[in-house]
Amino acid sequence: MNETPLLIVEGLIKHFPVSRSLGEWLLRRPPQVVRAVDGVSFTLERGEVLAVVGESGCGKTTIARTLIGLEEQTAGRILFEGCEVGALERRTRVGLIPFESGRVGSREQQTLPRMSLKLLRQQAQMIFQDPYESLNPRATILEIVSEPLIVHGIARRRQERLERVHTALEEAGLRPAKDFFYRYPHELSGGQRQRVVIAAAMILQPDLLIADEPVSMLDVSIRAEILNLLRDLQKQRQVSILFITHDLSTVAFFADRIAVMYLGRFVEVGSAQEVLQFPLHPYTKALLSVVPVPNPRLRRERIILQGETPNPTQIPAGCRFQPRCPIAIPECQLQDPSFVAVSDTHQAACIRIEN
Amino acid sequence: MEAWQQLRRNFRELWQSFRGNRMGVIGLGLVISALIVAILAPWLTPYSPQQVMRDENGRGLTFAPPAVHPPLGTDDGGHDVWAQLVFGARISLTVGFLAGFIAMFVGSFLGILAGYFGGWLDNLLMRITDVLLVIPDLPLMLVLVATIRQMQLKISPITVLILVIGLLYWTSTARLVRSQVLSIKERQFVARARAIGAGHAHIIRKHILPQVMPLIVANTVLILSTAILIESGLAFLGLGDPTKPSWGTMLNFAFDRNAISNGAWWFYLPPGLAIVWVSLGCVLLGNVLEEMLNPRLSGHHLEGEAHIIKPGEQQ
Ligand SMILES: Nc1ncnc2c1ncn2[C@@H]1O[C@H](COP(=O)(O)OP(=O)(O)OP(=O)(O)O)[C@@H](O)[C@H]1O
Ligand SMILES: [Mg+2]
Repeated sequence: MNETPLLIVEGLIKHFPVSRSLGEWLLRRPPQVVRAVDGVSFTLERGEVLAVVGESGCGKTTIARTLIGLEEQTAGRILFEGCEVGALERRTRVGLIPFESGRVGSREQQTLPRMSLKLLRQQAQMIFQDPYESLNPRATILEIVSEPLIVHGIARRRQERLERVHTALEEAGLRPAKDFFYRYPHELSGGQRQRVVIAAAMILQPDLLIADEPVSMLDVSIRAEILNLLRDLQKQRQVSILFITHDLSTVAFFADRIAVMYLGRFVEVGSAQEVLQFPLHPYTKALLSVVPVPNPRLRRERIILQGETPNPTQIPAGCRFQPRCPIAIPECQLQDPSFVAVSDTHQAACIRIEN
Repeated sequence: MEAWQQLRRNFRELWQSFRGNRMGVIGLGLVISALIVAILAPWLTPYSPQQVMRDENGRGLTFAPPAVHPPLGTDDGGHDVWAQLVFGARISLTVGFLAGFIAMFVGSFLGILAGYFGGWLDNLLMRITDVLLVIPDLPLMLVLVATIRQMQLKISPITVLILVIGLLYWTSTARLVRSQVLSIKERQFVARARAIGAGHAHIIRKHILPQVMPLIVANTVLILSTAILIESGLAFLGLGDPTKPSWGTMLNFAFDRNAISNGAWWFYLPPGLAIVWVSLGCVLLGNVLEEMLNPRLSGHHLEGEAHIIKPGEQQ
């Protein structure tokens, strides 16, 4: 086994500038930013499944897009297999680490090996949320699934390409694969389309799969099948998965670890078992309390959160969850809590955690 | 090949939905008939446009009304109008089509680049199109063609016309294509292609172009009609090639030689109607194609079919 984790994310921040209206500009209001991701750190081991859970708008998709390089991070570091991704200028231009003029990057920066975005995109693949939007309507399934091979110049012989597409489709549960080669996305159901996306993502045999709510747009009846498919592929290939979802019930059987996200930050991270059985953070408890439980006698008391999700342009002072927190104390408004570890594998950011 | 069959199937489907639209079929008929006339010109008349028609006594037949022999009569020089009309179709359509295609290529190319890359390129192009849109086309082209003529370059007047029309008429295509590209590049399948590692050239070729192609095709047909009209206008103003008369040149001659005051309607009416014939055909066809192919008007995932689970599928 390799010692370095597959993915290390340190202090990832992504802010989107908000364009000011003329009035605001005239009043010299300071430009606002959407703090979509506001300081997220985690590691992902080889073959591990980490679920990121959080409600809509908390920044889950933004993490995924930043990891795959579709957005440039405002700050923070992403290390894939111990290498920093992207070109040197890119990293220094965003001002990750202050540097004096004439000297590119700091010493610490230069010692890290680098990897091109293109290489990263060969080894990490992303599954998008909406299978109706993520396939080119004018490309055949064959073209869609073989595209990664063509882009990376792998399997240049047509026959070889066809064989690999065939295997990938069969493995994704589209059988007989030949029947799908020359069909168009609109001739397929949502579940089939998501299988096509999965086939295209797996054809390069990536080390990392970023799955952004892969089943949230699908019919409930199909969700379990797609999740099973992902789990089986994960078991066979030992691929690491960053599994993004807003639905705690789907992650229970799938994830090794769970990270609970609230307003651009992780508030609790731990092994799946610990987080689900002994949730620490009041937000996690609230999320868990509304998950439907099959046995009514086991049903916990529902915690309904007060208020709405605050807007990520105005993050509350102190603990960001404090305005909605059922157990908040005045002190919560004063300090931004840091992680408290209750075990080697379980930590949460809340000052009310009793040790 | 299955891919080939798929293509044929697509084509057949397209034809089937096209056939149902009467306007489109009429437009296509008008355009194709004009093309056939242009191609078959030498077989449609025994005379050449320059040949002087003579009566039994060997005198030139000037301003002869339509009869069986000269089917559309003759002009002031005794030339057969029908022969001029069918050979003129060649000139008019050649200029129209070539200029239209140049406009389409330049417009689509610049529109795609501007829409996809944005930035200063986009700014520059949009300012150029602003300027060209504000200046009235006909006077500008008139001045340009006349100036180029003056320079005594060794370019045939027809080529000058083609280039001037083609290189000034791309702005509307460029704007249309650009706005389409702006919306396509934000779609998720483009983001997915980027996430796979595809470069700009690949994304433009495989993901952007196929979506804008239908729009380009429909727009080209519309541009054709404009190009033909502009050519007629310029030729009518005397900027055509007198040795290779187009329909516009015929109108110019008719006007010059007092065909109207002489009541020689057979001299000016046929070329006029021919121009209307072709440009109407192009407009009808182009509008129907645009309606049929415009990606904004079709192919959304909420549009039925996608959700219907076909029998025998693996779910
Ligand atoms: N390109 C952008 N420009 C400005 N703001 C953005 C942009 N992308 C995302 N945001 C904002 O960032 C915040 C987080 O968005 P994100 O899409 O990451 O949420 P999410 O957790 O994926 O939500 P969902 O579950 O609805 O998909 C939102 O408030 C969103 O409005
Ligand atoms: Mg999302």
